[in-house]
Amino acid sequence: MVTVTTDARAVAETVTDPELPMLTLADLGVLRDVSEEDGRVVVTITPTYSGCPAMDAMRADLIRALRAAGYDEVDVRTTLHPPWTTDWISAEGRRRLAEAGIAPPGAAPRRAEGPIPLALGPTVRTIRCPHCGSADTEETSAFGPTACRALRRCRSCREPFEHVKEI
Amino acid sequence: MSFDNVYEALTGDGDARWAFGTGFADPLNGVDTTVPPDVDGADLAAYCLMLGDDALIMSHRLQEWCTNAPDLEEEVALANIGLDLLGQTRLLYARAGHAADTARGEDHYAFFRDAEEFANVRLVELPRGDFGDLIARLLVFATWRLALLQRLIPSRDPVLAAIAAKGVKEVAYHRDHAAQWAVRLGDGTDESHRRMRDGFERIWPLVGELFTAHEVEERLTRSGVAADPAGLRAEFDAVLDQVLTAATLHRPADVPSDPDGRRGRHTDALGPLLAELQSVARAHPEATW
Repeated sequence: MVTVTTDARAVAETVTDPELPMLTLADLGVLRDVSEEDGRVVVTITPTYSGCPAMDAMRADLIRALRAAGYDEVDVRTTLHPPWTTDWISAEGRRRLAEAGIAPPGAAPRRAEGPIPLALGPTVRTIRCPHCGSADTEETSAFGPTACRALRRCRSCREPFEHVKEI
Repeated sequence: MSFDNVYEALTGDGDARWAFGTGFADPLNGVDTTVPPDVDGADLAAYCLMLGDDALIMSHRLQEWCTNAPDLEEEVALANIGLDLLGQTRLLYARAGHAADTARGEDHYAFFRDAEEFANVRLVELPRGDFGDLIARLLVFATWRLALLQRLIPSRDPVLAAIAAKGVKEVAYHRDHAAQWAVRLGDGTDESHRRMRDGFERIWPLVGELFTAHEVEERLTRSGVAADPAGLRAEFDAVLDQVLTAATLHRPADVPSDPDGRRGRHTDALGPLLAELQSVARAHPEATW
């Protein structure tokens, strides 16, 4: 049955994110596991943010793709631990984001023990403009069209762009 | 099949629906929801409802800013913060339903309880107010909730611990957002300073309640499931003082408070809020939408 699992995994890995359709769920790090139990395919996914409204759509897309490939019994399960981090976005995923004009995330913040410090000054991060490559960009809002995206603007080419913020 | 945009997805066939409606799949489907053997399931359920109610009511107040925010970016920010909190609510309500070992899920808890059954702290239910009120409330709430969730990461309930660990990442962004606005407005013009100051003064009588434990919180703190609210105060004060100093404002005086909200004793503002939040679900109780 190993071949079945491998094939099911290959099918699940082709399913794309409903809100970032240039990325597969595998590239996004949302697809955590594909296995086979008692003749059923069990797919495990994790939400990017607690309120990610696309979970139901992802579930339906996975079931639809696997059924089309001949897997009639599909169970899509959720896992919450460990929590999703942008560090799980693959190199291919980062390339595809940049290609679509969305700046990929830098390294997620490392949290030391104890209270999380509050930084009041402007956060300095080198986020390159996906259009012209300039590093002279600024954040216009930490919140964008989806939970995972911030809004930025390039001071060189003056184009606005989105950035998958580190989490 | 995937869709190019959310509108196609909404109108497409199939089970996929988005962030509104009833009858969604259990957000904890596939998660091991066994209650640890020496943890009281009823207390754990009550505690998850407290934290879930805080998030739901705060989320509703944030959603009221849609089409009312000062600019488009702010509207998007507040909607995103509200959505994060709504997501936390769903997970906490699902946890409550499993821990209480009832068939109840998120729809029951959100739509079919009356005000006296809600256990949220009263601060979140206050009427919307102006933008100064919003920023004061959001800073107080996010600072308190971040400190709380971070202390729940080692909780003896692994599901609550996982929900908290996700929430910490989100609420850290909420706190940043509110803190930056508080400084911008407090250290801004005379008018913005006055309104930011008034916002903090109006909210402050309900701050004491955040650090006052209900019996359920006391019991669960002793068994390593919950965090003692009183233990959050030092971190809260340090962060608030950091922001208020930069904002050229002062911390108002505390008013002693009982955990009234946790006991279901609310202000007059909660009833009308729930009437709106629950209206469609109660008018069509069998409907899935």
